[in-house]
Amino acid sequence: MADYNVLEQLCSLYGISGNEEAVRERILQEITPYATTVEVDALGNIIAFKKGEQPAKTKLMLSAHMDEVGLIITDITDEGLLKFATVGGIDKRILCGKQVWINGHYGVIGGKPIHLMKGDEREKAVPVEELSIDIGAGSKEEAEQAVSLGDVAGFVSAFDQEGAMIRGRALDDRVGCAILIGLMKRNLPYDITFVFCVQEEIGLRGARTAAYAVKPQAAIVVESTTAADIAGLEKGNEVCCLGDGPVVPFMDRSTIYDREYYQLAFALAEKENIPCQTKRAIAGGNDAGAIHVSRGGVRTISVSLPCRYLHAPMGMIAKDDFHAAEKLVWSLALHIAGNQTL
Amino acid sequence: MTDLQEVQQLLLRLCSVTGTPGEEALAAAVVRQEWEAIWPDVPIETDGMGNVTAALGNRQAARQVLLDAHLDQIGLVVTGIDDHGFLRIAPCGGVDRRVLPGSSVTVYGQETRRGIVCCLPPHLVEGGADKVSPVDQMYVDLGMDEQEAKALVSLGDRISLQAEPRLLLGSRITAAGLDNRAGVAALLRCAQLLKQKTLRYGVTFLFSSREETGCEGAQTAAYQAAPTEAVMVDVSFASQPGVPTAKSGKLGEGVMIGMAPSLDKDMTKTMKRLAQEQGIPYQMEIMGGKTGTNADVIGVTRTGVKTALLSIPQRYMHTTAEVVDLADVERVAQLLAAYLLEEGGNLDGRL
Repeated sequence: MADYNVLEQLCSLYGISGNEEAVRERILQEITPYATTVEVDALGNIIAFKKGEQPAKTKLMLSAHMDEVGLIITDITDEGLLKFATVGGIDKRILCGKQVWINGHYGVIGGKPIHLMKGDEREKAVPVEELSIDIGAGSKEEAEQAVSLGDVAGFVSAFDQEGAMIRGRALDDRVGCAILIGLMKRNLPYDITFVFCVQEEIGLRGARTAAYAVKPQAAIVVESTTAADIAGLEKGNEVCCLGDGPVVPFMDRSTIYDREYYQLAFALAEKENIPCQTKRAIAGGNDAGAIHVSRGGVRTISVSLPCRYLHAPMGMIAKDDFHAAEKLVWSLALHIAGNQTL
Repeated sequence: MTDLQEVQQLLLRLCSVTGTPGEEALAAAVVRQEWEAIWPDVPIETDGMGNVTAALGNRQAARQVLLDAHLDQIGLVVTGIDDHGFLRIAPCGGVDRRVLPGSSVTVYGQETRRGIVCCLPPHLVEGGADKVSPVDQMYVDLGMDEQEAKALVSLGDRISLQAEPRLLLGSRITAAGLDNRAGVAALLRCAQLLKQKTLRYGVTFLFSSREETGCEGAQTAAYQAAPTEAVMVDVSFASQPGVPTAKSGKLGEGVMIGMAPSLDKDMTKTMKRLAQEQGIPYQMEIMGGKTGTNADVIGVTRTGVKTALLSIPQRYMHTTAEVVDLADVERVAQLLAAYLLEEGGNLDGRL
């Protein structure tokens, strides 16, 4: 069973793209006792191989990414405020007024007081260039003692699993990491390689080198994906819905997925009574985009958790989806590695 | 503990609870506790409007001073529950809508629950990324279906914008609701500084309700207290990107002494002189008419009340990222105490 505690611990760590160290250390601690071999490659990907009862008939790689979106400090003003750029796709409308964490210090992204706004300022999102992080420094010198250019900042929000949902930061893609960790702890009928990738959010870079190194014949990417089943949108825009099971897409903006594996996923879901849905928009993308074109090509499928408010300070997934995704990934893995069809 | 540590701990306690206009009970309870720890023998009362008051000194004297800091903070109110369990909302006070999308909030229904203000996924934003919807087109997501949500939440329930208080560098602090818990802290610190002192006239401490929706609490409480003079403590704009320096004070550089046609000139002068004499850092805040604070309504109570305004410089007002410097809070308390003790106060330890 996928473990909420592991997920909570992973979500409590920061791993802005290119700065995945803390998340990597935690995952290594968790998986090393269960892996046959573990290595960390030049970019920082974890590549863990676990021997099964027999060699895989199709060499399979399971993949999740460790990194998350965040901010990177580009300048420090004379007043001691930090200017920043976004790392990965962040909607500028969610930045203003949020708390951030940087190098062990708290800061806030301030906004102009509503009382002093003119005209349509109140209804306009503030461009990133006009925002800054305030860590309480009274001068550039004071700020420089705490923060250096190139340091990264992440959002601050508590993890909570009250009711049917899980809310937290960086669920994209610590949920994938948590599911992979859970599967690695099982006895495997076939050999499987598990990779925990860096730099997904800035262009699928870790997965590209990991896939090259592992040289798989097939891959399952375990991810989280945008659920737009929220109020204020016209019906039909949901893409996918929380609580309707993991999402197996046929196509997104990075990948046309393997047709047979796609059909296999739905057939398995039906047979094993696992709720499952497809992605009802050609939107987004994930590490599959890099993996499926690795070397001479890799047959690739993706199993994603529907997640509301992806890339925002606090996302939301359904507990039921978390468990269903783990079941479906397991079942797919066994069938793909064992060359079984239905 | 140093004075600053004392203020810091006090402010952290005050900011640990919410109090939206008309629903100040949680914040009021903390204020009562703090007051009772300082002046256990002096009763503190809550009136029908939610105002919290306590009186020191001689209530029969001709001179009656009212000290006011508003207790409430901006928030949201539930106006509907849709058929998927999402909450429709309206502002309760001047909420900055730009900080809402993607924010964590706390919903005060039958029980308290955390929610998220819905924000659109990036792929549906195309072209509209500059626009922030009006609050009445935003929703709060509790992760519940309609039935669950309706069992827990009723229309009119309040929602607070959530931001854990955090210590920043130096003596700066961030928290949602520092407007005006920082002012409340200054009043409580002043009450502490008056321990062992004698006042020959009356001083009413007012922690007023409903400032953010139009100063209704101060209006009725000032009528009730019938003061001859009043000093308001609130937060005001500190310099920050986008705010003209002529309209702002500087964070950490002292009490902002208000000067405006609607404020009493003599009281303002006295404040300035006392700050100079006692070496309390201060800065002048000049306004062209009214002040946008409780001073505006208290000044015209009954037959008129002389008013002064002391402000704590604050950045990012009415967002969840409000920032103040603890040193400024302490300085306001010191200046208030100096003002109260100058005339008619002495050190013989009797009330």
